[in-house]
Amino acid sequence: MSGESTYKPGSGFERWLDARLPIVRLAHDSFVAYPTPRNLNYWWTFGAILSFCLVVQILTGVILAMHYIPNAAMAFDSVQRIRRDINFGWLIQSVHAVGASMFFLAAYIHMFRGLYYGSYKAPREILWILGCVIYLLMIITAFMGYVLPWGQMSFWGATVITNILGAVPVVGEPILYWVRGGFAVENASLNRFFSLHYLLPFVIAGVVVLHVWALHVAGQNNPAGVEPKSKEDTVPFTPHATLKDAVGVTLFAMMFAYFVFYMPDSLGDPENYNKANPLVTPPEIVPEWYLLPFYAILRAVPDKFLGVVAMFGAIAVLFALPWLDTSKVRSMRYRPVARWFYIAFVLVCIGLGWCGAQTPDKVIYQAGNYRIELRDAGNKPLAIAQGRTADIAERVMQQEVTRLGGAVRSLQRETPFRFDVTALSQILSFFYFAFFLLVLPLLGLRERPDRVPETIAKSVLGGRPAAAIPKAEA
Amino acid sequence: MAETTANATGSHGEEPNRRDFIYIAAGAVAGVGALATVWPLVDQMNPARDTLALASMEYDLTQVALGQQVVILWRGMPVFIRHRTPDEIARARRDDAASMKDPATDEQRIAQSDGKPGKPEFMIVQAACTHLGCVPTFGGGDFGGWLCACHGSVYDTSARIRSGPAPLNLAVAPYVYTSDTVVKIG
Repeated sequence: MSGESTYKPGSGFERWLDARLPIVRLAHDSFVAYPTPRNLNYWWTFGAILSFCLVVQILTGVILAMHYIPNAAMAFDSVQRIRRDINFGWLIQSVHAVGASMFFLAAYIHMFRGLYYGSYKAPREILWILGCVIYLLMIITAFMGYVLPWGQMSFWGATVITNILGAVPVVGEPILYWVRGGFAVENASLNRFFSLHYLLPFVIAGVVVLHVWALHVAGQNNPAGVEPKSKEDTVPFTPHATLKDAVGVTLFAMMFAYFVFYMPDSLGDPENYNKANPLVTPPEIVPEWYLLPFYAILRAVPDKFLGVVAMFGAIAVLFALPWLDTSKVRSMRYRPVARWFYIAFVLVCIGLGWCGAQTPDKVIYQAGNYRIELRDAGNKPLAIAQGRTADIAERVMQQEVTRLGGAVRSLQRETPFRFDVTALSQILSFFYFAFFLLVLPLLGLRERPDRVPETIAKSVLGGRPAAAIPKAEA
Repeated sequence: MAETTANATGSHGEEPNRRDFIYIAAGAVAGVGALATVWPLVDQMNPARDTLALASMEYDLTQVALGQQVVILWRGMPVFIRHRTPDEIARARRDDAASMKDPATDEQRIAQSDGKPGKPEFMIVQAACTHLGCVPTFGGGDFGGWLCACHGSVYDTSARIRSGPAPLNLAVAPYVYTSDTVVKIG
């Protein structure tokens, strides 16, 4: 992409080093001279924001590991000690815990950006897939990290999620015990989760290097979705992208800091401040917010194994995205119909997230009451009991039956139409998959896209000649 | 492979020579060696011997009053020991022929692990919902038994799955009565 290297070693030492390990040249070509499309908007700063998040998590994580004790008897108390007694432990622990949410928030924005501007289309398929790999590793890492404080939600979340493996036919149970290191989630599980939680971020960092490499081979996509054709279409990475990224990171860090200092526990579940107890299940087991949509999909399917298949399918479909979207136009700016489906898709994801946080039998809409009619031998109505729930109606009827004694002959029950969270999850799950498997493949063949600008420069400058604007090069 | 050997005559289908044998033998030894090295690294994650050793325990059933339920830890997993009332037993038996996801009669559900009939008043089952492993609560749901609050699975008084996402009945813990009042689980 960058073509010939423009790096010129300044001093004798730099020349000496460049002939042996051209690391300064690599950095210069990747982050200084690297040509970046001149029309990048602030949605493109989330790559830098994500790098920032990864560094924050690794840095705070390494420090926390100096004080944390990965033992089922001591883990919970050691986290409390970090929060209360270790110097600045309250700060470092909060940054790490809030940081997980911030990391996912940035990742989701980054992914939705890629989805909108078609950043997964040729020649960026591998770039997109590497991003999906990072996302999958993030989920596994975050899940294991959430187990470490050994609270109730840690323990039961681990139980529920590892049980997912048990749903696999035949080999499920041996794999389940292998992962847990016991029959139930226990000390052995906590130990290995800690070990892997420390390891995986470095694996993520490795895949990030591949992700950036693939990015620099294919070049960045941009809001217009057309490849840079001339020098006019690009500006050097430094100072343009560097400083724009700096603004993005700063604003993001401000929001991050607001959570850390003013509401550090707001993103976690209060249940997790109870120590893990294998004898008592919390009233509701919910994952952290960033996994709620997948949890909703898992629960939407009545069959256990198929539910697991659907949940993993929801992530797997992302890997296939480059081949599902048949449209030749990258950016949805120029896809008038796809844009509306995109907005609907974002709402579906948010809706699934909401569903995941509710109890599955929560009633969203109910048409009228439960009704029980009591009839005598001649089928004449004697009494009617009504209630919002079947329980209330039954209880009222019980009293009526007792009052009327032997005259009772028959009970006629009427159940009102109900629409609950499970039903909504099912509808939204259908739309989630339909977006990838029906809309994107078919729409690309039928949609009439708007006129795509010939070059990036034209999309930015409109009809004006490029000379009319100040030269961007410093 | 034969083409690459030094004394190849150039024709296909010739007899394997000494070099072929060395290649295959070396590759096979390396492959088996690699597998033998990897296996300990994988197997170390399986339950350790001390974990497996805790596989059985005894419990005195006189501690459980009529209509009461105790939860004990067996293999690190909770187990319900429920002293069922005659009413619960009758209800379970009445539903024996009902349509179920995982059909079983109450008789089968209280059988000891050696196949002998058990005592109808004691229901001894693993307290892990067969959906995703939450501990169900007694007294919820429409069948007089357990309700799993996590995803709404309902079990009857014989701990059989009656509605909700769980695929199977609560697993009967393997047990035998060692005396009239003592049960050995595991």
